Amino acid sequence: MKFAVVVFPGSNCDRDMYYAAKDVLGEEAELVWYTEANLENYDAVLIPGGFSYGDYLRCGAIASTSDVVSQLKKLAERGVPILGVCNGFQILLESQLLPGAMLQNKNLKFMCHFENLIVENNETIFTSEYEKGEVVSMPIAHAEGNYYCDEETLAKLKANNQIVFTYQNNPNGSLANIAGIVNEKGNVLGMMPHPERAAEAILGSSDGLKLFQSIVKNWRESYVAGA
Amino acid sequence: MLQAPELTPEQIEKDKVYREMGLTDKEFEMIKNIMGRLPNFTETGIFSVMWSEHCSYKTSRPLLKKFPTEGPQVVQGPGEGAGVVDIGDGQGVVFKVESHNHPSAVEPYQGAATGVGGIIRDVFSMGARPIASLNSLRFGNLTNDRVKYLFEEVVHGIAGYGNCVGVPTVGGEVQFDDSYEGNPLVNAMCVGLIDVKDIQKGIAAGLGNTIMYVGSKTGRDGIHGATFASTDLTEETENNRSSVQVGDPFMEKLLIEACLEVIQSDALVGIQDMGAAGLTSSASEMASKAGMGLEMNLDLIPQREANMTAYEMMLSESQERMLLCVKKGQEQEIIDIFKKYDLDAVAVGTVTDDKQFRLYHQGEVVADIPVDNLAEDAPIFYKDSKVPAYYEEFQSMPDYQPKVTNYSETLAKLLQQPTIASKEYVYDQYDSMVQGNTVFSPGSDAAVVRIRDYNKSIAMTIDCNSRYIYLDPETGGKIAVAEAARNIVATGAKPLAITDGLNFGNPDKPENFWQMEKSIDGISEACLALDTPVISGNVSLYNETNDESIYPTPIIGMVGIHESLDDITPSHFQADGDLIYIIGETKAEFGGSELQNVLEGKYFGKAPSIDLEVEVERQKQLLEAIQTGLIQSAHDISEGGMAVAVVESLFSKKKLGASIEVTGDITSALFSESQSRFIVSIKEQNKAAFESICKYAMPLGKVTNTENIQITQEGKTILEESVRELEQLWKGAIPCLLK
Amino acid sequence: MKIAKIHITLKEGVLDPQGKAVQGSLHSLGFPSVEDVRVGKYIEIKLAEEDNAEKQVEDMCNKLLANPVVENYSYTIEEVVTQ
Repeated sequence: MKFAVVVFPGSNCDRDMYYAAKDVLGEEAELVWYTEANLENYDAVLIPGGFSYGDYLRCGAIASTSDVVSQLKKLAERGVPILGVCNGFQILLESQLLPGAMLQNKNLKFMCHFENLIVENNETIFTSEYEKGEVVSMPIAHAEGNYYCDEETLAKLKANNQIVFTYQNNPNGSLANIAGIVNEKGNVLGMMPHPERAAEAILGSSDGLKLFQSIVKNWRESYVAGA
Repeated sequence: MLQAPELTPEQIEKDKVYREMGLTDKEFEMIKNIMGRLPNFTETGIFSVMWSEHCSYKTSRPLLKKFPTEGPQVVQGPGEGAGVVDIGDGQGVVFKVESHNHPSAVEPYQGAATGVGGIIRDVFSMGARPIASLNSLRFGNLTNDRVKYLFEEVVHGIAGYGNCVGVPTVGGEVQFDDSYEGNPLVNAMCVGLIDVKDIQKGIAAGLGNTIMYVGSKTGRDGIHGATFASTDLTEETENNRSSVQVGDPFMEKLLIEACLEVIQSDALVGIQDMGAAGLTSSASEMASKAGMGLEMNLDLIPQREANMTAYEMMLSESQERMLLCVKKGQEQEIIDIFKKYDLDAVAVGTVTDDKQFRLYHQGEVVADIPVDNLAEDAPIFYKDSKVPAYYEEFQSMPDYQPKVTNYSETLAKLLQQPTIASKEYVYDQYDSMVQGNTVFSPGSDAAVVRIRDYNKSIAMTIDCNSRYIYLDPETGGKIAVAEAARNIVATGAKPLAITDGLNFGNPDKPENFWQMEKSIDGISEACLALDTPVISGNVSLYNETNDESIYPTPIIGMVGIHESLDDITPSHFQADGDLIYIIGETKAEFGGSELQNVLEGKYFGKAPSIDLEVEVERQKQLLEAIQTGLIQSAHDISEGGMAVAVVESLFSKKKLGASIEVTGDITSALFSESQSRFIVSIKEQNKAAFESICKYAMPLGKVTNTENIQITQEGKTILEESVRELEQLWKGAIPCLLK
Repeated sequence: MKIAKIHITLKEGVLDPQGKAVQGSLHSLGFPSVEDVRVGKYIEIKLAEEDNAEKQVEDMCNKLLANPVVENYSYTIEEVVTQ
């Protein structure tokens, strides 16, 4: 399986994401500079965390206007797995590939530490290796991770089972404790916690590894086995 | 604020305008001799920043010579942007600490942010990828509203810059004392990783080669920052906010990636960041180091504001700018690399062979200075030194004997002292894990970052107990280095080298100069004993407000190496039933202790004693025991003594407790700050092997599963507390003070 | 030349943590009359002479400057006399 890690100016978890896919998972992965990206050649796209364009204006807003996002929209329609973590999630929201928006954390501060997450939905291509209700530990590192959407959208997220991860102890004020959501189709996941920073025991947790393993397993089953 | 109506050379001399720029009459005479004429306004400005303490070390140089700077592990000692030590496999670790005290006192957010940015540039301009940041902060007491504001904004500024730029802030320390009330200290350290073959130098070599400018445009911000850093803070400077630069971490991130690509190009000859004294120091130092001269056309400098004068451009400290020397004819290769990151590299000058620093602006020569004199011939001052009266008084005092009746209450109070209390409020705001290599983040004795693709990691710490140094600069200087090494060794790493951030008061006061002298003696001696040479550093003088000096605060940043990832040792107890030992003898030493502060509200008497031979031996033995696989956890004993160290070892998610049996004087056993001590825990089956290696280890107790700490003497309980309750006090103290 | 002055604020009903913090701080500074604070952004854009400046600014707000999920915008467009 071949992953693309899209690098924007100011991305800073790009290499972490790349190493998680390549070294820890043992799959093919490439760093792709946003202007040089042809995402047609990849089986899944990872949008890393960081501060694209310095988070100026709004987190993810400027990156969402780039050409590569138009490509992402086409891939999303085709069902290609797309994972946005932290700033990657913010870019997906600003691109309207996922519903809602991010507000500042309720304490107005950047926060970086491990949080316990609850796997609310293990029937996605990103979470099938987890148990439903499993509590997993992953780091968060953000100042704008306070998820917000209107009531109607929230009702839809719930009805469609789009809420994938919630916080056990809501650190940032997120609506309905939301830590990660998928699109209706189930192939675009955005999450604030960093699975790529929790992929090896030496870094304090390997709970994020199953997320990547889920992507690979489901891809193999649907493409390779089916072919 | 100095404006730039072009005063004539004669006016500058007659009205002694140079004094406003920080030059003395004697220095002005020297400049006249060098030039063979009167310097013009721009030239005077250029000399004033290059000859400021910040750039020339004119006061501290005679002392800095005492530092040991060599060793087989040293690849690059002091003199370049940062020092480099060998970590095997063709790799080096690059590191340096730098202060940004005065800018942070005036505008704490930007002052701290640009401090982080500056030190990161020092590291990547060597060709290294920055892999970790640390910081050492000093503030007044948190009961003061202005101090609270400074504290919160400095932390916010470090977070704002460091998080965005993608370098994990993995460690640091914060201490509070009245002496820093008006003059906080903000020292930032950056550590980078490099393949030794890629080390760059800041040189402008090769006649006819091109000087290129890249990064943010030059504005009027920060003019005279280097001089500003070298004067006392007065109310006037507090109002002088135009001296503070604004940082753009996004630009810095682009520069890091672009410069790391550029160093792989054979078109590059030399590279240096524009730090203090901006374009002036980078350009003149690059030429002087190469034994060449340099010409620049200031019309070509990218400018953010209209109608900037030569003086303003040369003295601007706008951030995020780099100067490159590029082989003639290969400029386009460099331009193309920067283009990818939307950065413009602009040719602004040429390397010459006449050893002159010559600047053109609007068709005229605006400066023409012999570059070696400018960069290297700053005067050296040998200041007077005098033993302060307080020191003699402290030395003649009888040993301080604290009277403690309620041990539980005292322990609780100590844990809530801001200097001891959890700094989670601070480090939670830092991204400590970006880059995906952080093994131990802030809160550990030393931070640990693994080196990807190799079975090794590095340990880093930044530390200084300035109370001891105030009481006894020489002993305190030794302790500062020894304690840093203890932090490194406790994680299982071998100390390699240090960087020093020397923060002192006004050196014109002989008592202050004596503090500098003696603490540098102590540091030097300890560096020799511990085999940790000084490979880089920074000097910040004139740290005082309203004539009161700060405590002498020579901050030690140290890096060590784990020869195997298996050696990485946590500071927290690991398992029920493990045996707890104390390594090192405990004496009744309370001068400068946290207990003295709690009971007396001040520090006096003698600093704790230290025997460097014993220190080295204990550290070697502990490291051997760790490398043999005998140690479950290790934590050094510092502020607050053994009791604090033991409960800190329990503040983890492991839900453990400890039962401790003490002998002798209880107050000393619990709270003395005797040096060269550790708390370790081992598995019971390793008892004999451990005891045969660590000769100074004495049994202290056992790890339990009760979540209680119980301390007894001869079976009688003298203290029993819930670990969770103590942890809450320890964690809650700083947030509570900030409310 | 024209100058567009754009104000962006959080929508009614969206919690504004920054506004809350400012409100708390104003109260503690002795301004008890402060009932609510909303913190927003102000953006100034200089435009070359154009007929449909209004439509352009409207588009800019919708496409980039404001996030319609959480933010409202308002603007004025003024003529600037260049010297």
